[in-house]
Order: sequence, then C-alpha cells, then structure tokens
Amino acid sequence: MQNRFPLWKNVLIIVVLGIGLFYALPNLFGEDPAVQVSPQRGALLDKSLEIKVKNTLDEAGLTSKRMGAREGNFLIRFNTAEAQLQAADLLREKLGDDYVVALNLAPATPRWLQSIGARPMYLGLDLRGGVHFLLQIDMEAAIDQAVERYVGDFRTTLREAKIRYLAIDRDGQAIRIRLKNASDLAQAESLLEDEFRQLVLSPDEAALILEARLSEKEQREIKSFALKQNLTTLRNRVNELGVAEPVIQQQGEDRIVVQLPGVQDTTRAKEILGATATLEFRLVDTEHDVGSALETGVPMGAKIYRDRSGKPVLLKRQVIVTGDQITDASSGLDQQSGTPAVFVTLDSVGASKMSDVTRENVGKPMAVVFIENQIVTKTVDGQTVEERKRVEEVINIATIRGRFSKRFQITGLDNTEEARNLALLLRAGALAAPMDIVEERTVGPSLGQENIERGFLSVIVGFVVVLIFTAWYYKVFGLVADLALTLNLIMLVALLSLLQATLTLPGIAGIVLTVGMAVDANVLIFERIKEELLNGNSPQASIYSGYEKAFATIFDANVTTLIAALVLFSFGTGPVKGFAVTLSLGIMTSMFTAILVTRMLINWIYGNRRVARLAV
Amino acid sequence: MAQLVSQRSIDFMGKRQLALVLSAILAVMSLGSLIVQGLSLGLDFTGGTLVEVGYPASVDLAEVRNQLAEAGYEDAAVQHFGTTQDILIRVPPDPDLSSAALSDNILQALSAGAGAEPELRRVEFVGPQVGKELTEKGGLALLFALFGILIYIAWRFEYRFALGAIAALVHDVIITLGFFSLTRLEFDLTVLAALLAVIGYSLNDTIVVYDRIRENFRRLRRGEPAEIINTSITQTLSRTLLTSGTTLLVLISLAVLGGEIIRNFAIALIFGVVVGTYSSIYVASAFLLLFKVKREDLLLPEKEVADAERL
Repeated sequence: MQNRFPLWKNVLIIVVLGIGLFYALPNLFGEDPAVQVSPQRGALLDKSLEIKVKNTLDEAGLTSKRMGAREGNFLIRFNTAEAQLQAADLLREKLGDDYVVALNLAPATPRWLQSIGARPMYLGLDLRGGVHFLLQIDMEAAIDQAVERYVGDFRTTLREAKIRYLAIDRDGQAIRIRLKNASDLAQAESLLEDEFRQLVLSPDEAALILEARLSEKEQREIKSFALKQNLTTLRNRVNELGVAEPVIQQQGEDRIVVQLPGVQDTTRAKEILGATATLEFRLVDTEHDVGSALETGVPMGAKIYRDRSGKPVLLKRQVIVTGDQITDASSGLDQQSGTPAVFVTLDSVGASKMSDVTRENVGKPMAVVFIENQIVTKTVDGQTVEERKRVEEVINIATIRGRFSKRFQITGLDNTEEARNLALLLRAGALAAPMDIVEERTVGPSLGQENIERGFLSVIVGFVVVLIFTAWYYKVFGLVADLALTLNLIMLVALLSLLQATLTLPGIAGIVLTVGMAVDANVLIFERIKEELLNGNSPQASIYSGYEKAFATIFDANVTTLIAALVLFSFGTGPVKGFAVTLSLGIMTSMFTAILVTRMLINWIYGNRRVARLAV
Repeated sequence: MAQLVSQRSIDFMGKRQLALVLSAILAVMSLGSLIVQGLSLGLDFTGGTLVEVGYPASVDLAEVRNQLAEAGYEDAAVQHFGTTQDILIRVPPDPDLSSAALSDNILQALSAGAGAEPELRRVEFVGPQVGKELTEKGGLALLFALFGILIYIAWRFEYRFALGAIAALVHDVIITLGFFSLTRLEFDLTVLAALLAVIGYSLNDTIVVYDRIRENFRRLRRGEPAEIINTSITQTLSRTLLTSGTTLLVLISLAVLGGEIIRNFAIALIFGVVVGTYSSIYVASAFLLLFKVKREDLLLPEKEVADAERL
C-alpha cells in the first residue's frame, strides 16, 4: 500500500495554500492614520491639489508618510494620529468648499500586495465604532406626490387644448375630472389617453366624470425611481458630511442602509440624512389682492403662503423651478447688502425656464418658497397617528431686475449658519419621498476597540487550547492536525479578506465555532485509522482506509451544515448574516485543510517507507 | 478508549425508554415555559431603544434612574452591564416618539445630570416594524433550513433517517429555547444565530452517527437493529466526545473572554452543544428504532460505489 499523492496534487495544494498566505498577509500590517480629501462639484483631483497639500503641510512642519490619489480621493498618510488631526484641520481651512476633508484609517498594506488586490478584512461597525441607520422610504407619499403632479398636468393639458372642465378632484389615488357634457368627456379622454399612456382612464358617461388611475407598472416605476433618487441624494449628503468609506445600500424594495464608520455625532447625521428640505421659485400673484383672497376665497391658479413673520402672500400656483433642478449651491455674503446669501446654479432645463419667466416678468416680484417635510405624531382618540406635515414658507421675495441666467442668488436668510445649511441641502438634492429611521445602531470607538481585543483574544485562547489538546491526544497526527488547523485559520482570513466580507463580532464568534468544529474532520479520520489498526491492518493500509472511510461521513456532515449556513445567509440580516458568512467559509476551508493538507503531510511523513507503528 | 470500544458495544438503546422519558419531560417543561412566560426577547425583536454608557467611576443605579425619571422615562430599565462603571438602559418603544430622537433624549438626560459625564458606548434603536419582520423572517429561515436538511438526508440516506434527524433537531431547538425561557436570559439576534449554529452542530453529530449506522447495517450480516445501532454509537463515541470537548473548550473561552455582548451567544451554544451531543446519541437513533428501520431499507445504491471510486 503506497500512500502518496501524485505530484500535481501536491503542487496544487501548495499553490492554493501559498495564494491563501498572500491574501491573508495584509491583515498583519495594520492601518495608518490618514486624511482623505475628496473633490466636490467638479473640483479637480490633479497635480495642483497635490502641490497645495504639500505646501500646506510643509508650512506647518507636518511630515506625511505617503500621499497619493486612490479611488477618486486624495489620501495623505501620517505616522501619528496627532499629525493626522492637525493636518485635517489645516487642510479643511486651506482647501475650502471645493473639497471635503475626512479622517480615515488607511490599510498600511505594502504596494506589491495591493497590486495583486490583497486587502485586509473589512471590519464591521461593531468592531470599529460608528453609526448604522436603516431608513424606510414612505412609498405612499411618493405615489401621492406623483398623483398631485398629474392633477397639475391635467389642468395645463386641458387648458391648452381648450377643453373646459368643471373640477379636478383627488380621491385617494384616483383623479376625477368632472366635465360639462358628453362630447367634452370624449375629447378629454382621447386627449389624456394620448398624453398619459401610463394612466388607466375609466370614463363614467352617466355622471360625466373621467377617472384616472396610475397603472400597476407606473406605480412600480414611481417606487423604484423614489428608491434610486433617495439613494443618490443620500450619497451626496453623506459626501458632504465628509465621512470616509461610508456604506449606502439598498435593502429590500423600500429600505436603505447607511453606515458611517467613525461618526459619533448622530444628531447631526440624522438631521442631514432625514431632511427633505427643498426650494421652489414662484411668481407673486400681483393681479389679485391678498386681503380679499383671504376673505372671499383664493382666485384660480393662486395659493396663499406665509412668510417668516406669518404675513400671508399670494403666489401663483405654477412653479418656475423646483429644488431638483438645482445643480449647485453655495453660501456667502451678498456683495451689495452684506447679508447672508445662497448662490444657486440651475441645470439646463431649469435655467431655460427661469430665463423665459424672468424675461417676461421684469419688474414683477418673485418668491422663494422653502419646503420641509416633517413628521408629527398626534394622539387621536387614544390612538397614535403619524402625520406628515409639509411646512411651506416664503423666505424671500425679490423684484426681478432683469433676466436670470443659470446662476443667481437668494437672500433673506436669517444668518450665515442658515445659509450654509440651506446650501448644503440644496447641493445634496431633494429626496423623492420622505424617509423614516426604522433602526439605528451606534457603537462607540472604545467599545469597538474592546470588541476587537476581546474577540481576538478569545479566538487565540480557544485556538491554542485546542492545539495543545490535539497534539497531546494524537501525537504526530495531532501535530499534523494542528498545522492544518493553523492553515485553516489563515485560509479563512484570506477568504474573508479576498471577498471583502464584513467581519463583525458574531462573525468572530463564527470563526471560534469553526475552530472548534474544524478539528472534527481530523478526529473522524484519526479515530478511523485507530480502528483500522485495531482490526489488525498494516499502518499504511490503516491510513489509506481511514481517510477513505471517513470522507463520506465528513462530506455528508459538512454539506448539511453548509445548507443550514446558506439558509442563514440568504434570510439573515446583521449579526446572523455575519455569522453565516464565516461559518460557511469556515466549513469549506476546513474541508480542504483537514482532508487534503493533512493527507499530504501524513504522506510525506509515513508514505514512502516501511512503518512499524503509527503515532496516533 | 479505542480498545474498549472495539471489544464490545455499550447498550445505549436498552436505556432508550429512559432517555425518551427524560427528553419528553425536558421538552414539555420547555414548551410549558415558552407558553407561560415566553422568551425574554431582546431589542431586535421587540423594538425600542437601548443605550449603553460607561462612566469613569462606579455609578449608582438609583441616581441614573432618577435622572431618567426627570426626563420622563420612569419605565426605563437600568442595569449594570459587566462592571459597575457600565450601565445599560432600555426603553420600550415609545408610540409618541417614533423616530430615533428617543436615544438623543436619553443621552441628553444622562449628560445633564450632575457628576461625571458618561461616555457613549452604544446606542441601538429598532422600530417595532423591523422587530416584527425579524421574528417572521427568523421563523421562516428556521423552517427553510429544516426543509433543506430533510431533503438532503432523505436523498443521501433514507426518509426515516431524515425524520429522525429532524426530530433530534426540533428536540434541541425546543430545549435550548426552553433553557432561555426558564433562565430569562435575553434572546436577541446573536442568540438566534447561536441557535442556528446549534442546528448545524447537532446535525453534524447526528450525521456522523447515522453514517456509521448505515455502514454497519450493510456490513454486519447479523444482529438486531438495536444491536447494530449500539455498535455504531459505541464506535463513534470517542469521536463524538472529542469533538464536543474541543468545541466546548473554545466556547468556554468565548464565554469567559469574549465580552458581555457575546456572552449570551456563547451560553446558548454551550448549552446547545451539550444537548445536541446527547440528542445525536439518544433521540436521533431511538427514533430510527421507533420508525422500525430495517437492513433492507439501506441497500447500497449505485451512487455510493461511484463515491468510493472517486477517492
């Protein structure tokens, strides 16, 4: 009985182990305190930035370890956290609004390892501190807004086609148009059918009502648009916060996960993420009087707003430009009056609309309306009702002095802080639908550090105890199993690093469990070998059939566990998922090391010679 | 140990009535406790707010309760967490404050109080909706996992083995849940993960025993099913004890050194591993006898031969 692997098998095992070692390596190098500079709004990431950064640091006498562009950011590494903090403050001051400066921990992986894509494991928030938010999008509000838009569109379309209608009402998600006679009804139906194919129209000829509803497909599209728009907006806002390596991901059909490593100020983060403020520009209705409108009713095409002091203002219903047509906004001081101002830039559609309207209305007043969606909870009849309140406020009315172009300014803000916040919100874009925070988890940096230390300590202690026990119980075979167990841990770390799976505290627990269970395959094999020896077989034959017979058992046992782990992975969230990842990867690496690697080593030790007895 | 094992087999199945009675009592107790007092569900499932803060020196719980009561949180649960310097505050979901503003209020109430400023260690806010979904998803995941395992074992072994393995699993899950219900240890998402790991582990054990039973049914021409099962369990006993032993060693290291947050997870696993080891010997095998498994049920299919050759 010969116990040896063919050459190709040995080579293959060694190559796989070698690759694993390389990819596990980055975890040894730790991290550098670093400052990350990301360009905003078209600012460039070029040589001039590098020179600017260098000069700033040189002037302050700060030495950087290394600097360079990385994934669209400019990264400056330092030797100490102190230098990092000083540099961040200086750079924030020097670079101004065009760049966001954030603190970061950059992996100190050597370049040659980085070049083969080797990166350290990605640590979860519970291990490095930070905030986790789960945001739920209010899809009903998104649909509501869409229906509201259609009401406006219907009015314009019918008016332009000169079809007269009595009223347009909303009843939930249905829009009802009441018409004067049957021929108007037929005309309106055919017109709207052509213009709005995404709607389902159902005419009621007896009552002279045309009812319009959103089609299923349209509703789905509105929802998916709302999700995408909110994701984009959140990304912009998080960028403005200057968080290094944030995670912003879709979860399910109506939820978004936001993870901000290192952020401690949750109140500020919540304000920025959840705010739904936007602006609208409307013309002031100068043909009617506010006073009489309050008494006798609002004239067609107008609506009453209030300004900051609560004074009513009559504005035209038609919106010139909305917040989502704003491409850029910055705060500053108005050159003439010296009061705080927001400088706004519009996209091309917004700019052409704005320039048309201002050209036709020179000398007339225009209002800027600030809109914020708030959630207010009230108790009605002992039941809690959540209400969405839309606060609309006129922040500024100015006479149009000439044609506005792409760029213009808004004044009338209370202070510079308010101007800054408004500019930030406008820059970050509007949310397509309001969102609620349904889950929030914050882990302080000290707890994160403690979790890491305790987690790793328990892995190491458990691991060493198992190594000692195995070596004592199985002697030479035990030492071989110990080597395999060590390699198993390295391979597991390599896989986690390579896949950039997030390592969490339950993930560490998964590793610990894997370490305990990984011995199982070797125990099964070695016990089989012992049995074979007892049955009077030769050492070589015992090794051979020990491995053969144990394989089916190991295979069945691991596949069933793997099934359970995969179910966990697909259903689980948070800790359950983190655990499932390490458990399933651990099962795979332990099958490889416990069966193939130990066999290779045993073959080398006992394979090609006459053996009187085995140390097992 | 190996010598003893190969000589004669231990009469495990002779005491199976006793084991089944023991299991039945444990299961009934567990179910009873689950029905009567349920699980002490953690924040993940109930929703609410949890704040963990660390003080620079030991802190008096009564004082913290006062501070919170002043801020309007009379029903907040306050307890030490690990040391006397760390405290854990739990506030049930507040219908009037649905947003995460709750955690801010609590933090403010604590910082406003006289004395040392606490350091924020962790804040968790979970909406009631999320908690409800988790419970549903958790249950569903459990069912799917059981179903997948059932199919695999029925395919690789035989349907009676699948039923036996599932019976052992359900047994382990119920008793581990019962343990959590009786001890009032908090049941959260990490403990759920542990429970699912118990399933994996117990399954591992059961399969190893089953595999030997299948092999012995085919190999040994003589012997009653009960005898064959006894031989099989005896043959795998040293392996079962060794593996459980090493797993327990690491789990104990986790429970002692892993920190407060992971402790319940480790306790659930330690308990589960012990129950799982017991059930793979008694419950899983006893059920095979209960289902009247016979040698003829395990005729060698073609696939096995192919498997053997592949090696």
